Amino acid sequence: MRKQGLQIAGFAAVVAAIQLATFLTGNVYHLTQLTMSAYYSLVVLGLCILTGYAGQISIGHAGFFAIGGYLSALLTTHNFSAHGGRVVSGLAAMGILARRPDLYGGELLTVHPWPACILAVFAAVAVAYAIGGPVLKLKGHYLAMATLGFGIIVYRIVLGTELVGAADGIYDVPAFPLLPGIAVSGKSSLRVMNYYVAWGFVILGMVFLMNLVRSRVGRALASIHGAEDAAEAMGIPTARYKLKIFVVSAAFAAVAGVLLTHYNGGIGPSESSVMKSVRYLAIVAIGGMANLWGALFMSLILNYLSLRGYFGSFDDAVFGVILILIMLFAHEGLLRRQLLDQIRGAVIRRGGGDDP
Amino acid sequence: MNLDLFLQYVVAGITYGTIYGIVAIGFNIIYNTTGIINFAQGEFVMLGGMTAVTLARVLPLPAAILVAVLVTTVVGALIEILFIRWLRHPSVLRMIVITIGLSILIREVALHIWGEGVRALPYFTGTSVTSIRLGGVYISPQVLWVVGISAVVVAILGGFFRYTLLGMQMRACAANRDAARLCGISAKNMVTLSFMLSAGIGALGGCIVSPITYVSYDSGVPLAIKGFTVAILGGLGNSAASAGAGMLLGILESFSVSVLPAAYKDVISVAILLVILFVRPSGLFGSAEVARLKEF
Amino acid sequence: MTLLSIRDVSRRFGGIQAVDNVSFDVPHGAITAVIGPNGAGKTTLFHLISGFLRPDRGSVVFGGAEILGLMPHQIAAKGMARTFQQTRLFPKMTVLENILVGRHLHSRGGFVACMLHLPFTRREERAVREAGREILEFLGLSGQADAEAVRLSYGQQRMVELGRALACEPRVLLLDEPAAGLNMRETAEMGRLISRIRERNVTILLVEHDMSLVMDISDEIVVLSYGQKIAEDVPSAIQRDPEVIRIYLGEGDA
Ligand SMILES: Nc1ncnc2c1ncn2[C@@H]1O[C@H](COP(=O)(O)OP(=O)(O)OP(=O)(O)O)[C@@H](O)[C@H]1O
Ligand SMILES: [Mg+2]
Repeated sequence: MRKQGLQIAGFAAVVAAIQLATFLTGNVYHLTQLTMSAYYSLVVLGLCILTGYAGQISIGHAGFFAIGGYLSALLTTHNFSAHGGRVVSGLAAMGILARRPDLYGGELLTVHPWPACILAVFAAVAVAYAIGGPVLKLKGHYLAMATLGFGIIVYRIVLGTELVGAADGIYDVPAFPLLPGIAVSGKSSLRVMNYYVAWGFVILGMVFLMNLVRSRVGRALASIHGAEDAAEAMGIPTARYKLKIFVVSAAFAAVAGVLLTHYNGGIGPSESSVMKSVRYLAIVAIGGMANLWGALFMSLILNYLSLRGYFGSFDDAVFGVILILIMLFAHEGLLRRQLLDQIRGAVIRRGGGDDP
Repeated sequence: MNLDLFLQYVVAGITYGTIYGIVAIGFNIIYNTTGIINFAQGEFVMLGGMTAVTLARVLPLPAAILVAVLVTTVVGALIEILFIRWLRHPSVLRMIVITIGLSILIREVALHIWGEGVRALPYFTGTSVTSIRLGGVYISPQVLWVVGISAVVVAILGGFFRYTLLGMQMRACAANRDAARLCGISAKNMVTLSFMLSAGIGALGGCIVSPITYVSYDSGVPLAIKGFTVAILGGLGNSAASAGAGMLLGILESFSVSVLPAAYKDVISVAILLVILFVRPSGLFGSAEVARLKEF
Repeated sequence: MTLLSIRDVSRRFGGIQAVDNVSFDVPHGAITAVIGPNGAGKTTLFHLISGFLRPDRGSVVFGGAEILGLMPHQIAAKGMARTFQQTRLFPKMTVLENILVGRHLHSRGGFVACMLHLPFTRREERAVREAGREILEFLGLSGQADAEAVRLSYGQQRMVELGRALACEPRVLLLDEPAAGLNMRETAEMGRLISRIRERNVTILLVEHDMSLVMDISDEIVVLSYGQKIAEDVPSAIQRDPEVIRIYLGEGDA
């Protein structure tokens, strides 16, 4: 536990150091991409616990991200004043609907971001519950295809539905006032604050998941990964545990979707594309599968590079190549202890000579 | 809906269904020899179509198709030799991720070669407006080409597996790898061969439908998921059933357009996939007992 | 007193009647062995009792309640633990962690409590680790606590698997060929261990091919052949049973 605290503190220091570095070098605008990386990292962490620890592959996590993001965007931009009626005025009185000025000086009656966010995450969780039961009965290729299928369905629906802007997506999404004085917003004056808010969420998520991994539940999940029948024989309700961790991981994706959508001020169909899901999976794989820290660092680095456009038009190709190389040559992941041990062993052997 | 319109939908369904069947057969060939589901299967179809379109500018159509099929076959062989052959006891998860990676890679290469444009081969006979009247329906001659060539391919494939030594060796590998190896069959070469066959057939499928369906760098993934749906529907590994299941999915999909917006067409077929996976993963014709053994 | 009662249980696989109308009782506190030639249906019978397979017919009553149709984890929760014929240790976990999974039923922390690392989960975790170390002590594997389980010698792996089942504190323990693949010294060790487990007031149902081990430690023996029960008696009587002798000797000639 002490070690875990130190790791978290160390990571927080890294986050602060990066902010300081951008400040000193006059690259403050890099914080925008770093903030976005943070939200993508939340998805990656959720997927890491599901695929890396519990051993259940998902190629559809962008779907949960999109459900969260789109629903929150839709509710906070859809103008309810035209609908009138008692329900609308009642909701307005309860503060669920709030008036805000639009860009052209008019007035919009939209859902307040808080209830919108809660509803959006709740919807993603409900979908995960509903499909998780039958999906997680499947194994191997079948599970991969079923989750991929789920992702494609979400993508096709957002792409084909006018209500959510079809190919254009939803824009003009308002800022999300988390607490008095703290808002998730892409305004450049709030850049530094949002950077810390985003990484604060990541650290919080990391603490939750690290606690989980080292607990009774974490051991149960790992045992399902290792030998499902033996886990069942130890009294672990494997189906229920798989469903629960699927829901947890979907909730991480949905929260990330909501927050990033409010940060960016919009969301488009590409956020739900298969390629996004594959990317999340690739990062988990590169990080070392059952390795939360590995996944987090890889997510920070790769998402940042990708968002800054370092990969140019080869963006997807880069992820494809990395994925293949990792799976061919280091399928246990790059950032894993054994590899470090091997390297250390090789160095010692060369240096010591007479090592057995 | 009158009868003519009904038949028109059926014909459209059969055209698409044929291609889904072809992709499913591609899945099956590789699955049978290796137990791998090749997520890059749709990419073979795209690659075949795209290559043929490019070659058709300088070569006569039949030659362009032939060369495109050969090129894709070589790609299939290279993929197996470079990425699959030397892996020892790879886990299912690893194989899934590798073939997904390959699918992305092929797609990205295609994007950089051909750009985002949508292309098509010319109609084999006539033009896009030529049609033959059969009973009450107008059928494009290309539909007859698609169905005819596919039928010939399925027949040849059946004969190959049943009567040729090579085909029998591949089947032996599918039934029991270790036993086949003991009989002196090189299991590794059979796997390479299965990738080549599967790539070649996919490419041919891509060529013959491209006049109707068009092809672009990203047409692989939808084809792969539908081909997989069909493969599951027919019972994984069962190629004859795949052909029938392909028609079924094609027709269902084509009728779905009459009740739902066309933008949701893919939603229908993927939803069908999910439903089948949930209620009957052994397929319509397979036995549940066998499917349980295949729970890899 | 009967703890586990198996009544007319049958299961068919395609053309093979793997278990055919088998009935017997497992008395409380005793070691009952199931023996029989390869393919006699012993493992299938274990799967039926522990809920991993559904029988076509029959009933299994455990501690006075019908357990047929329950999920394996529900049966485990009622106090039945088992090992597998093929070792099913959790890879990538240490020996201690493997054992700790066995304590699952004796702790309660759920997803939320564990994520928040609430005080009661901390206390629970300490108790779980304590119990795990005790089991390692009992097995004589304390030195290996932090080694990766699948890197141990085969004999030690079987011990860990036994310890993991023991960590469940079961009322009845089903052991499927615990001595398979062990050398003579390890087999003797395993026999001693099983006897000591019985002394902890755990009822044991055992499948085993090693006859000297079976005759040594069991109180009661059930003989299966082609899915049918052909004899049930104390070891000394089974050793003299002509039908059993025929099956075991005949097997060699076949
Ligand atoms: N899942 C299954 N599907 C089909 N047949 C099965 C299955 N499991 C077992 N069998 C068959 O049932 C019969 C009994 O098998 P079982 O494993 O119970 O025997 P056993 O007594 O444990 O043998 P051994 O001593 O070799 O472990 C065998 O003929 C076996 O082939
Ligand atoms: Mg057995």
